[in-house]
This record gives sequence, C-alpha cells and structure tokens, in this order.
Amino acid sequence: MTASAPANHAHAPTTRTVVRFAGDSGDGIQVLGTEFAKAVALDRHDLMTLPDFPAEIRAPAGSTFGVSAFQIQFGDDGVLTPGDQADALFAFNPAALKTNVDALKPGGLIVADPGAFSARNLKRAGYAANPLDGDALSRYRLITVDIARLTAEAVAATGVGKKQAGRAKNFWSLGLCFWLFGGERGATIGWIEDKFVKAPEVAASNVAALNAGHAYGETLELDAGSTAQDARTAPRHGLFRTVTGTDAMGLGLAAVAALSGLKLTYCSYPITPASALLHFLAGLNGRGVSTFQAEDEIASATAAIGASYAGGLGVTASSGPGLVLKGEALGLAVAVELPLVAIDVQRAGPSTGMPTKPEQADLNLALYGRHGEAPLPVLAPATPAECFHVVIEAARLAMRYMTPVLVLSDAYIANAAQAWQLPDVDALPAITPAFRTEAHGFQPFARNPDTLARPWATPGTTGLAHRIGGLERGAGAGDISYDPDNHEAMSRLRAAKVAGIESTLPCDIDGGAAAGDLLVIGWGSTYGAIVEAVQGLTSQGHAVGHLHLRQLWPLPPNLADILQRFRAVAVPELNHGQLARLIRSEFLVDARPIGQMRGQPFKVAHLEAELAALLPGAPQ
Amino acid sequence: MSGQVIALTARDFETDQEVRWCPGCGDYAILKSVRRVLAQLGRRREDTVFVSGIGCAARFPYYVDTYGFHSIHGRAPSLATGIKLANPALDVWVVGGDADFLAIGGNHLLHVLRRNVDLNLVLVNNAIYGLTKGQASPTSSIGTRSPSSPAGTFDAPMNPAALALGAGGSFVARSADMLQDHLPDTLLRASAYRGAAFVEVLQNCIVYNDNAFGDLTRKAARAEKTVQVRHGEPMLFGANGERGLVYEPWQGTFRITENAAEATLHDETNPALAMALAHLVDDALPMPLGVFYAVPRPHYVAALEANAPQQPLTRDEFKDILRAGSWRA
Repeated sequence: MTASAPANHAHAPTTRTVVRFAGDSGDGIQVLGTEFAKAVALDRHDLMTLPDFPAEIRAPAGSTFGVSAFQIQFGDDGVLTPGDQADALFAFNPAALKTNVDALKPGGLIVADPGAFSARNLKRAGYAANPLDGDALSRYRLITVDIARLTAEAVAATGVGKKQAGRAKNFWSLGLCFWLFGGERGATIGWIEDKFVKAPEVAASNVAALNAGHAYGETLELDAGSTAQDARTAPRHGLFRTVTGTDAMGLGLAAVAALSGLKLTYCSYPITPASALLHFLAGLNGRGVSTFQAEDEIASATAAIGASYAGGLGVTASSGPGLVLKGEALGLAVAVELPLVAIDVQRAGPSTGMPTKPEQADLNLALYGRHGEAPLPVLAPATPAECFHVVIEAARLAMRYMTPVLVLSDAYIANAAQAWQLPDVDALPAITPAFRTEAHGFQPFARNPDTLARPWATPGTTGLAHRIGGLERGAGAGDISYDPDNHEAMSRLRAAKVAGIESTLPCDIDGGAAAGDLLVIGWGSTYGAIVEAVQGLTSQGHAVGHLHLRQLWPLPPNLADILQRFRAVAVPELNHGQLARLIRSEFLVDARPIGQMRGQPFKVAHLEAELAALLPGAPQ
Repeated sequence: MSGQVIALTARDFETDQEVRWCPGCGDYAILKSVRRVLAQLGRRREDTVFVSGIGCAARFPYYVDTYGFHSIHGRAPSLATGIKLANPALDVWVVGGDADFLAIGGNHLLHVLRRNVDLNLVLVNNAIYGLTKGQASPTSSIGTRSPSSPAGTFDAPMNPAALALGAGGSFVARSADMLQDHLPDTLLRASAYRGAAFVEVLQNCIVYNDNAFGDLTRKAARAEKTVQVRHGEPMLFGANGERGLVYEPWQGTFRITENAAEATLHDETNPALAMALAHLVDDALPMPLGVFYAVPRPHYVAALEANAPQQPLTRDEFKDILRAGSWRA
C-alpha cells in the first residue's frame, strides 16, 4: 500500500491547472487526453484524469449526446482529483461547447475551432446564434483557431488524404496544449511512431500536426495564463508510469501469477466498463495468465471456479449487471470453499443504467447478493494505483482462507489515470498456496485451526480423490449432510472464517484530525475528493478526520475504536447511503449519509459544503 | 498423469456413498457402464474428474471414486472448461440430464461443443424432470402430461444429437441405458476422442416417464426398432440383421431395404449423413444408435497453446511487463 497511497494531506493545493477536452466521440478526445497526461507526467507533474465519454461508439456527428470529454488536473505533488472546474476547455464543435462550458471556471480559456461551428453543427447543438460571435462567452477568454485548416496545411507535405488530415486534428491540438501548458513532445512522437509503424505516412502526418500546433502557439505567443507548468513535483527517484485503475489491476493480477507461480485463469464476458481489463490481460495470454472469454457471465464465474478447483487461480470480473448473474456461482464458491477473485467495476444502475458512468451502488449486492448465509470478504481500492496492491491482497486472502473475495472498483477508478511509482517487485512477498499432498488423515472439510480454511486438494493428487458440491456437507469428511446441527455448525464456521481474516490493508486515519468533531468515512473512488474537502475544513480549524475503508467486509477490527474518537460521523458515497447503513447497523452510531447519484465523482466544493453542514454547531 | 496403465476393476471405482436413485432407475445401468469403462481405460483414479450440475443424473460424482464436483444447475460444462484450462492433463467427464444440458444450461453446451473443449459429455436423456418431481422437459414428446402440463405439452421437443451437430460438435453419438454392450463401447470411443465428445444416453425414468423409449430399449423389440451404426459397415437391423437402411442423400432421408447388400455403409466423417441420422425420428423406421459423427479437430486448449504457449510467469518477466511505458525520474 505504501507505494501507491498518495497521502500528502498537509499539502494545500496551490498551482494546479485543469484542462478539459471535448468533442465528438469519433474525434480522438480520449487519445488526445491520454497522450497529454503522459506528457505532463514526464514533465514532472502530478496528475489525475477523468475520462467522461458516452456509451455510443460513433454517435451522430455534432450531437450533444455523442460528446466525449476528458479532464485532467496537473501540477505539483498531491493531485488527487481531476478538479472541480476547468481552467481551459478545448471545444471541438458546438455540441462540445454547449455540454461542457459549465465545467469551465469564470475567466477560463476556451479554445474553439470556428470551422466546426457550421450552421448545421450549431443547429444540432441547439444554438440559435453562433456563440463564438457576439458576447455570449464574454465571461471567458476565447481563442478561435481554424484547427481543421491549419492541420490540413501542416500535413499536406506528408501526402496523406483528406480523411487522415481530418483525423490528425487532435494531434495538432495536443501540440498547442504542449505550448500552452508544457509537456514533453518526445514521448508522444515515440508513441505515434510505434502505433502507426505499418503506416509511416499516417505517423508522419500526426507528428507534423503535433509540431505545427506547437509552432502555432509559439508564433502567436499564446498564453494560457497558467503557471502550473512551473509547478513541478518535488524531485522523485525511481521508475514511474501513468496507470489507469484497469492497468494497475491487470498488472496486479499478473503479479499474482508471478508471486504464486500459479496459472491465473481470467474468465470474463464483455461488459462496460470491465472489458478493458479483459483486453489488458489478453495481451499477456500465455505469460502466467490465460484469458477465457466465456459465453455469458455465469459461465465466466463457474469456469473461474473450475480453474481454482484444478489448482490454478480463477479470477472473474464484470460490472453490476454481470455480478448479479454470477451470484449463484459465488454462493457455490462460498459453499465448496475454493479460492476465487471476483471484480466488480461498478457503474450507474439499476439495469443498464449509465454504463460508462461511475457509481458505488453495488456495495449491498457485494455484501448480501447471494442466497443463504454466504459471507465473503469485500475489498475496495481507493485510487487507480491502489488497484495493484488490493487485487494482490484479494488473491492472497482467497488462497489463504479458501474463499471467494470480491473487489469493488468503479468506472472512474478503472478509467482515470495517475502517475505511479513502480513498486519494488523483489520486495513483494511470495504467495505460497498450501496445496494438500499428504494422503494420511486427509479430510476435504477439515480445518486449519488458525485460519479455519479447509485444505486445497487438487485433482491429480495421489490418494486425495474426493467429492465436493453445493449440497451441505458434513464437517470434516464432507459427505452430504442434512443434519440440523451440522448445518448450524457449518454456517457459523463459514461466517467465523470470513470474520477472522487478517488483511494487510490499512485501516487508520488517512488525513485530518485523529479525534474531534467529525469523522468522514469513505471507500473507493471518492478518496481524492474527500481528502481535499477534509483539507479545506481542517485548514479552517475544524477537527475533521478522514478514514478511507479498503476492507468493507469484514469491517476492520479497530474501526469501532476510531469511531468513538469523534462526535459525529459522515459517510459520503456515490449511492443512496449503503455504507452509512452498514456502519449504523454494525456500530449503532448515527452515521450520516452524503449520497450522490449523478454518474460523476464528487466535486470537492460541494462535498466540503455538505460536510460543513454536519459539523457540530452548524446551522441545520 | 504418468500415462501408465494401471490394472483396476469396475469395483475400484465404487465409493462408500449410498446410491440414492430410485429402484429400477436407468442411471444404475449407466453407472455400471461408466465404471467398466473407467477400469478399461486404466488411468489413475486421481487423474479423472466427474463434474455435474443438478438433477438425478448429477449425483453421478458421488458414486464414482475419482475426483468429483457436484456444482449448480446447468453450469457443469463451464466449470469443466475451467478445470481443463487450469490442468489440461485431467480426464474430465460431465454428466447431466436433459434439463441440465438443454434447458438451464443449454448455452454452455453449445459453447463447449463449438470450442471443442476436451470433455466427455454424457447427456442422460429421460425426457422428464426427475428430481423436481416430474415436470415436462425440453425433450418430452408433444402431449406429455405432467404436473406442469396437465393437459399435455404442446411445445415441440428438442433433438439433442441434431443440436450437438448444429453447434459444431465433432463427436456425436447416441446409446441407451440398458445396452450393456453398446453403451460402454460408445463411452470408450468418446473417451478416446480429443475434444468435446457428446453422447446422448436414452434413459428410462421408471417413476415419472416410464417407457418413454420403451420399444428402443426393451430387448424383444430392440432389434426391429433400433439400428446400430458403425463406421464402414452397412446399416443393418432386424433379429438377424436381414434388413437395412438406405440413405437418400438428395432428400436427407432413409428408406428400408430387405436387401442387406443394398444398405448404406455408415461414414462417421460425413456431416450430412450424421445430421440425417440424428433427425431420423419416425415410427416406421428404426432409431439410430452409435457414433453418428467423429472427425478430428483441434480442441480448445490445444488451440490456446498454439496461439500462446502457456508458461508460468517469473518475477523478472513480470518486471518487464511492469516497466513497459515507464520512465526514470
């Protein structure tokens, strides 16, 4: 955890810049944002990104519902959120301006391409008059640049057609960004040359556009009014890369294969936003990892259970709708007590909901979404980078305690990127699966007295042939049993085993006061917003503490003590109060929910105001 | 997984579990055949796994002294796929009924056949739900009266062998519970096949659907009502094999001939003939039994290995993966 938890709480935000790109979903906005993020990271800035895109793959050009956006905050150390409001907005068409201008702070910079503000596009976006003319945008600083024409001129010498010239626009804009905000062009040029190695003329045109955009800003001496490019992180040492939560989770699962020596079998069915993890791991197929794209969610869960039964480690992932379908299989894994890692990349629901937007409303499902008494550990990373260690811990617990473990991520953590210092691989502890080989005295449901885990006896092992199944089984020998005392005892044993897990995930005050007026308990992707909101309140002299839970079940044993040190408890989460209800029911404290279901992360200012209202003495 | 042949008998595959099927259940005969086949295969008991879902037939793993996994309704083929992914050397058998394989688990059956996962799939077809007390199943014939269809069913039954062929199954066979010569031979062929070997076993449920296949399995009528097909041999039936079937390829149908020399030779590599045999459901003609179709095709794990040889990951190799796209500060 230490390598990934950016815990610079004492630091007040000073020189930060927030840039937002918005355009058609086919404009390459996400590529533009991702490359800019990489470049500012290389230029020694801390950063956090927020990709904000529609489910439509290529929505009708110019439509408001087809607008894809990408926001990045960068600056010196301790950037933990993508920023409440943007300092600059790149609007690639009228629809992008219309749907994103409210994200811009007053006096912020708008870069717009007048060539894209055609009568047709204006009408599509619902503008009666062109907002680039007149004083509709007088609250902002407007720079109009004929990006399409300038890109076409820049790439003319590379001999590419009109279509590719149109596609190179985002690289031209990226070049301009580098001029305005700093950033290292070399990495992007390298990436372009790699990506288009089979189409050198396309690579050449993209590089030409990138350089032309930069030269344009330099020639006109455009000024973003930002000083963030001078606000660098403290000197760092070691290896870094930018990772999304998906990247970090995929790397964590690969690490599990390396640390355990086991074959990791990743079984999944395509679903937004979890599919990206399947894509990441499919690229590692054969290197300790095999990926299996199953015919449905149920098959992916049961195939993962089969893999664990046979001595690999089965992992299955999905989003909320898929986790519902996996419920019966998770119950089977609880009953037969086999290791399994199940990942839920949460999205806004119910039903199809808003598939590309984050929410934290699957906590109840994770805790209770199985029939019968079927408890299992539930973990949640707080940041994209934390996904690495949390998924390793999930695998370790699954094997040590012979239990399925659920990991709750969400669409924001999965897609957001941050700079991450690579962990020292040699320092990561080995995971040693305790396969049973001794035939003498073997009983499939005998228990380790320390962990209450049953033995992991895999097919092929001499002398251990036995049968397991979903029917209740007698303690010890594991024969089918309908004995009332046995079912009572087995139900309590399964619960006690999960209640007694000892994880290495921290549970302590993450920032702010260690005791006092208000304890703010969060989990998952709300981490950055809570850190900054609590910083705001503590800087005003309030005794507010922040505790971020990485282990949601069983709740950490020291949580009761920490709760007692505060007069009030608030639980901000992107749902209607699910963790708040859990805290209330487990500890009989008046935990106050601060729920939000907008498909968007908390804004820091909003959260700070909500928390301030809960401070003792605040006007009710 | 040494590949050595071990001398075992059918008795060696009995477990200490009390068999809990109804007296007279066809599953007893199937269990007997399976144990005989396992003894003949000569593999170590520990290298074999029986996987099942839910249903009467799904109790199978408890009665075979190998590794066994009694899972959830319909999902045995997927669970078995995971087992093969983690340890391809295991000999994995999946046993289920018509509801398990064709109703709740139909999707998984389609996909293990399509992928050709190296499994022995034994469909115990009694055309009724047994364990849930006698409801009509996807293979019940039209007009079946049951607690859930008191006026008789009106939805058409499914043809398992045709379904398996349609899903891309490359080993498809049919046998019956009481055929204690034919069933073990068929299961042996299935076991030898590298890929998804699908065997439909007609089974009599004495309690809820007695005599559903009566004429086919009763000894007196068997010779006239069934035809056992064997690769390269004429399709003959009758008490002394005096009658034969002639395949009419343009229609995809069969006619009876009294001239045995005219009977069509079975060719288990001919997909059209296999589909015609699967579809031969006609009171005036004998029902085909045997291996309808068997052609070699890469099985799933072999294809996976060919695509990306599966190797463990070392820490040093992981470091390379981790460092991709990184920079030194």
